[in-house]
Amino acid sequence: MRLIVPLRGVIQGRGGLFVGSLIPCCLFYFLQLYLKRRRPPPSDPTELPRTFSRTNLFSRGNSIGRVRVSSRAVPVAKPSDSPYYIGLERVKTDPYDRITNTDGIIQLGLAESTLCFDLLQRWMSENLMESMMQSDDGEFDISSIAMYKPFEGLLELRVAFADFMSRIMGGNVSFDPSNMVITAGGTPAIEVLAFCLADHGNAFLIPTPYYPGFDRDIKFRTGVELIPVHCRSSDNFTVTVSALEQALNQARKRGSKVSGILFSNPSNPVGNILSRETLCDILRFAQEKNIHVISDEIFAGSVYGDKEFVSMAEIAGSGEFDKTRVHIIYGLSKDLSIPGFRAGVIYSFHEDVVNAAKKLMRFSSVPVLVQRILISLLSDVRFIEGYMAAHRQRIRDKHIRFVEGLKQLGIPCAESGGGLYCWVDMSSLLTSYSEKGELELFEKLLTVAKINATPGTACYCIEPGWFRCCFTALADEDIPVIMERIRQLAESFRS
Amino acid sequence: MGLPLMMERSSNNNNNNNNVVELSRVAVSDTHGEDSPYFAGWKAYDENPYDESHNPSGVIQMGLAENQVSFDLLETYLEKKNPEGSMWGSKGAPGFRENALFQDYHGLKTFRQAMASFMEQIRGGKARFDPDRIVLTAGATAANELLTFILADPNDALLVPTPYYPGFDRDLRWRTGVKIVPIHCDSSNHFQITPEALESAYQTARDANIRVRGVLITNPSNPLGATVQKKVLEDLLDFCVRKNIHLVSDEIYSGSVFHASEFTSVAEIVESIDDVSVKERVHIVYSLSKDLGLPGFRVGTIYSYNDNVVRTARRMSSFTLVSSQTQHMLASMLSDEEFTEKYIRINRERLRRRYEIIVEGLKKAGIECLKGNAGLFCWMNLGFLLEKKTKDGELQLWDVILKELKLNISPGSSCHCSEVGWFRVCFANMSENTLEIALKRIHKFMDRRRRF
Repeated sequence: MRLIVPLRGVIQGRGGLFVGSLIPCCLFYFLQLYLKRRRPPPSDPTELPRTFSRTNLFSRGNSIGRVRVSSRAVPVAKPSDSPYYIGLERVKTDPYDRITNTDGIIQLGLAESTLCFDLLQRWMSENLMESMMQSDDGEFDISSIAMYKPFEGLLELRVAFADFMSRIMGGNVSFDPSNMVITAGGTPAIEVLAFCLADHGNAFLIPTPYYPGFDRDIKFRTGVELIPVHCRSSDNFTVTVSALEQALNQARKRGSKVSGILFSNPSNPVGNILSRETLCDILRFAQEKNIHVISDEIFAGSVYGDKEFVSMAEIAGSGEFDKTRVHIIYGLSKDLSIPGFRAGVIYSFHEDVVNAAKKLMRFSSVPVLVQRILISLLSDVRFIEGYMAAHRQRIRDKHIRFVEGLKQLGIPCAESGGGLYCWVDMSSLLTSYSEKGELELFEKLLTVAKINATPGTACYCIEPGWFRCCFTALADEDIPVIMERIRQLAESFRS
Repeated sequence: MGLPLMMERSSNNNNNNNNVVELSRVAVSDTHGEDSPYFAGWKAYDENPYDESHNPSGVIQMGLAENQVSFDLLETYLEKKNPEGSMWGSKGAPGFRENALFQDYHGLKTFRQAMASFMEQIRGGKARFDPDRIVLTAGATAANELLTFILADPNDALLVPTPYYPGFDRDLRWRTGVKIVPIHCDSSNHFQITPEALESAYQTARDANIRVRGVLITNPSNPLGATVQKKVLEDLLDFCVRKNIHLVSDEIYSGSVFHASEFTSVAEIVESIDDVSVKERVHIVYSLSKDLGLPGFRVGTIYSYNDNVVRTARRMSSFTLVSSQTQHMLASMLSDEEFTEKYIRINRERLRRRYEIIVEGLKKAGIECLKGNAGLFCWMNLGFLLEKKTKDGELQLWDVILKELKLNISPGSSCHCSEVGWFRVCFANMSENTLEIALKRIHKFMDRRRRF
């Protein structure tokens, strides 16, 4: 404005100066007014003027805000920084095959067994069709497997599971089918229990080292925290009451509400079988503090050592404690090697938990046709007894070979009596006795020795250098290959 | 919601400790809704179920949307094809190994391809589906819940048009902590969603300080039994773009539309759009429970145009994986285009015929229904029979129908319908004979009413 007036004055002289300056000022003023009216209101930035036609709206490119997902969804899609998942992904890029890819990465990071597939395959080829299409008159009737059935699982399946679980847990404990809910695998079983026993923001105490998958299973959607209770090699990584006490007190000081204790038995990744005394100690502690106990017994049938497996159900049923706080998770992915079928169990002594879990099964139930196969399989007592005996024997044999192979290299393992893995002390190979040193070793094992073993850090182990090695998908001839690779790696460190 | 402390109900407490252990809010809440009339009728049925020969005066279940009209087609197919082949996949018994171990949340590629192909066929090829955008879940119930976890935080809301499937109260809210704000629809325009109703629902949420994250519709609608018009879908997408929120379309009944040409999937609308920021707010839910009549198989899917949602849903699907056995068994059947084309066509015809039977039968008894063109049920208007035009009046009538006529139908109030007197009546979960018997009972009832 100030620029225009003097210029006009200069050109037109004094009278014209006034008129000459007034007109552009007015025009300028009216132009500003006009533009102001045309601008959309600033209150809601996502509101677009309705004068745009539909096609215009859909083709406006980046002017529409990007729609967001919930804040709980944000961390889920991020690439995982846990070595547990990183290792599993890496194997997929270059998987070892003893014929077609002898230089590939050998998978020791997945706790699955293929040792008794031959037995299972034979049973399936002989019995699958019949067991799926069961009907009264022997005719194929699709409605028997097609229609809605109670989501918590057919009664016959719960009866079969109860019997099976009792059998594999030593026969000293019996399970009541009405306390049982069948789930689509162990993963939903643990999540549903977390939803039922703890509110968002509450916590479970969990002895370390623990199965890395629990972080996702519990934290993804329930909002429940996991508070580690550190265990040491001096106790063979067995949890103590004093450690539980300390962890609980610290949690309370921080303002965290602890709802329960979660642990696995046989333990994962160590492979410990918890003694009767330890189980009693845990339950006594839980009772004193008025919290729940969740015992993940998914490896109960994979016991190969001399130590006897005792289920928490047995302790709970002894009458000494309040059993309504005891809940057990089981599944067929490990003992029966059928993770693809998706069959798990929640067993609870608390009626309301069973009722709530039943209703929640609509989100993760087992298809009727799979239930029928499992009823057949689990009720075939002769097959099951033979299978479980072979399963335990073959794990034992493989365990002996694997541990011996490591021993030859001067690498010791923790004492274990169950599970599909061993807990290996590779601290002698560490360049520095620290988490950093362990992760470096993990990376070298993966890239140089081409072996995927899960480092203790991923399991929150407080002592560096421990690795979980799963050996139940290996053939005998794979073991010397593995040992040779480790030996060469160790040599390269020394030079 | 419920008390956190369960003092009285523990019946197995056999110790001397006075401390009763607490359960979570989720465990004690009644959001599962199983105490509502929708489910009370089921209990009555369970106690006295109709059977043609053994219990002809029992309760006829007309409250369960199950499709049994085309079982014979599935049976014939499964018997004809080598059963071993269809169980294991084309590899035969050696396929068992992969089957037993396979628990990858990506799902079997062949199965996803089969699902994509099946969904395309249902839409007459008017939309394409990318198998890599398909996330498998154990049923549509799980798919809807999973999407809700991903799109909304606790105390956020989804807008859902009324009347809606009673199960949504549980599926969308129970564990997720998300709220439902209704978009009110009424019979003045056949219960179609209007832009005014959308704005009003949005404003209601805003006034209560609730953040709206999306709109969830069912198309074809349950309980209306009618498809959503193309213009309404376009308006919906417009609205969602303007408010920058998601649009979820539960198309679980898409294969049950009587005339294929009358169904427009939101996928067709998205096909013509290039702008990713528009597309990526659209998500479709589907399942084999209604169209294929296989609810026992637990096969559902989330189809999302949003890469982030696909990735997240896939990881979260670990809690609700589809059994590898099921995937193998169905992959070959669903990719058999000759079979699926025939199945879809015949299934539609049979459902249409059932619909005509029931609507005609009701008309003869003096009862009108909403003009429907899809689904396994019709939306019946008994408003004129209500003594009191209130929700209580409606429930009284429902109770009479259950106790006197021994018919379990679903009252509109359980579907949050803002108009009283409407009822959902299922017709595909029984034989034609049974349907005729149900109609006879209704006729008798209406005759009696007319005489007084």
